Amino acid sequence: MSLTGPDEQRVRRPARPATTGPSALAPSGAADSEAPQISVRGVSKRFGAVVALRGVDVSIDRHEKVAILGPSGCGKSTLLQIVAGLLDADVGTVSVAGATAAKDRLACCALMPQRDLLLPWRSALDNASIALENRGVKRRDARERTRPLFQRFGLAKFEQLRPPQLSGGMRQRVSFVRTLMAEKDILLLDEPFGALDSITRAEMQEWLRGAMRDVPKTVLLVTHDVEEALLLADRVVVLCAHPGRVVRELDSRLEEVGSRREIVTSPEFVKLRELALEALE
Amino acid sequence: MSATDLHPLGAAPDSGQDDAEQLAFDNFQAGRRKSGPRRLASNYGAAAGLFALSIVAWQVFVTVGGLPEYLLPVPSEVASSLVDDWGNILGPATLATLREVLLGFLIATTLGIGIACVLHLFGPLRRAVYPLLIASQTIPVIVLAPILVVLFGFGILPKLIIVTLICFFPIVVNGLDGLSSVDDDYIRMMRTLDAGRWAIFRRVEFPAALPLIFSGMRVAATFASIGAVFGEWAGSNAGLGYVMLEAEPNLLTARMFSAIIILTVISTLLFGIVSLSQRLIAPWSRQEKAR
Repeated sequence: MSLTGPDEQRVRRPARPATTGPSALAPSGAADSEAPQISVRGVSKRFGAVVALRGVDVSIDRHEKVAILGPSGCGKSTLLQIVAGLLDADVGTVSVAGATAAKDRLACCALMPQRDLLLPWRSALDNASIALENRGVKRRDARERTRPLFQRFGLAKFEQLRPPQLSGGMRQRVSFVRTLMAEKDILLLDEPFGALDSITRAEMQEWLRGAMRDVPKTVLLVTHDVEEALLLADRVVVLCAHPGRVVRELDSRLEEVGSRREIVTSPEFVKLRELALEALE
Repeated sequence: MSATDLHPLGAAPDSGQDDAEQLAFDNFQAGRRKSGPRRLASNYGAAAGLFALSIVAWQVFVTVGGLPEYLLPVPSEVASSLVDDWGNILGPATLATLREVLLGFLIATTLGIGIACVLHLFGPLRRAVYPLLIASQTIPVIVLAPILVVLFGFGILPKLIIVTLICFFPIVVNGLDGLSSVDDDYIRMMRTLDAGRWAIFRRVEFPAALPLIFSGMRVAATFASIGAVFGEWAGSNAGLGYVMLEAEPNLLTARMFSAIIILTVISTLLFGIVSLSQRLIAPWSRQEKAR
């Protein structure tokens, strides 16, 4: 399958490739990887008179990275919260790693919120290791286990600082490490850089792109930023608003390698961005 | 090239003005970094000056106006009463009142925080108890004082009860507000990170409520000595309230003023202790306000 093929091949991938793509990188659980790890079927949700989602279908393979792209108010955060088990759908079924009950879904996902939500009374390191402490790990052990990730993600110098002493980008990194330390196979990212200025956001997108390559996890990312979706995900699901529904899916695995600037200006990327923007209209 | 060339607002049209600006900026920076005594002076200097001025005005007003001492004593007389009566009368009375204030405040704080936590953790209990708690505050605690004296005698117990009753309410109300005002996003975040009810309470809600709990405690600190004095007025044989009761019929107005001054000092001290412990226990509460 050619990645630079005609548009039709980009849009609505007909069948999932059996041997290529990130899912093939997961050697374990051959039987599991057959069935999608996250499966959303005909999900609708309304809040009072507002229909947030109508008949949404999304399915995500193990260790696949998918972005949900849509304008504000299209219900994409609601969809993420439904997957995470923080909300229940009115209609439709949601299955996450085989779990269908909200409580069980909650146990297999880690959600990175839009705001960093770091606790000002904890150091950066203690903030990141809070999930371990919640599971009963002693604080000292929790710190030891989190430290390697701090080093890997360029946070070693900031371990002891409190959130107000960190820049917005740094706080978002700590928040990402905190989500990783939940040690879940599925990461849900809710507009992770929505609160950052555009320069820092570009920097963080490049950083997260590298970070996600290193961690074999299933990622479901929600964003209203076209470039962010295309850069970070293998597949982009475009949602439109009022009511939220899927209008298109794009294969966004990029051939181009290099810096963010090189990728963003490559013809392949420009073409994809046009397709995404067209779908959003 | 001077530092002013790097000013983000660009060119330097008038060097004189710029130097002045730079100087002001430096002073501002120095002011921000001022430590200990200098910061104290800049924070409380004006208040101390005004206080001193009003003392002088008081002294002059009484002396020139020729008011008799039993109506309004001059500050110097109050000061000499403070010194002369300290040994036999004011000293022991201060100790007695201080014990009532501190013990009562401690009990109120423990009880207040405890009740706030229990009510917060058990919703049905909160709905049952909270309205009654508020209703109970419409009973003037002052009128309870004589009843408590009848019940428990002239000892320290009725005073402790009154101080506790007056002090614990602002702590409970502030504590409950603080515990329940945590942003839902934090709770959701914790739930996705394997936190149970207790973990959320311990790691998020309680620390988040601490700044409000401390402001409740500060309010309570100013009430505590009022409670103690009311308790003593209702029936006692020791304490500053008792000293005031005794001094009044004897027209020892200077001694009454001395007692009032000591009470003020006790309240201020308690207030200071609470503020200091907040700085030590919950240093983030000031930073959070800045955001």
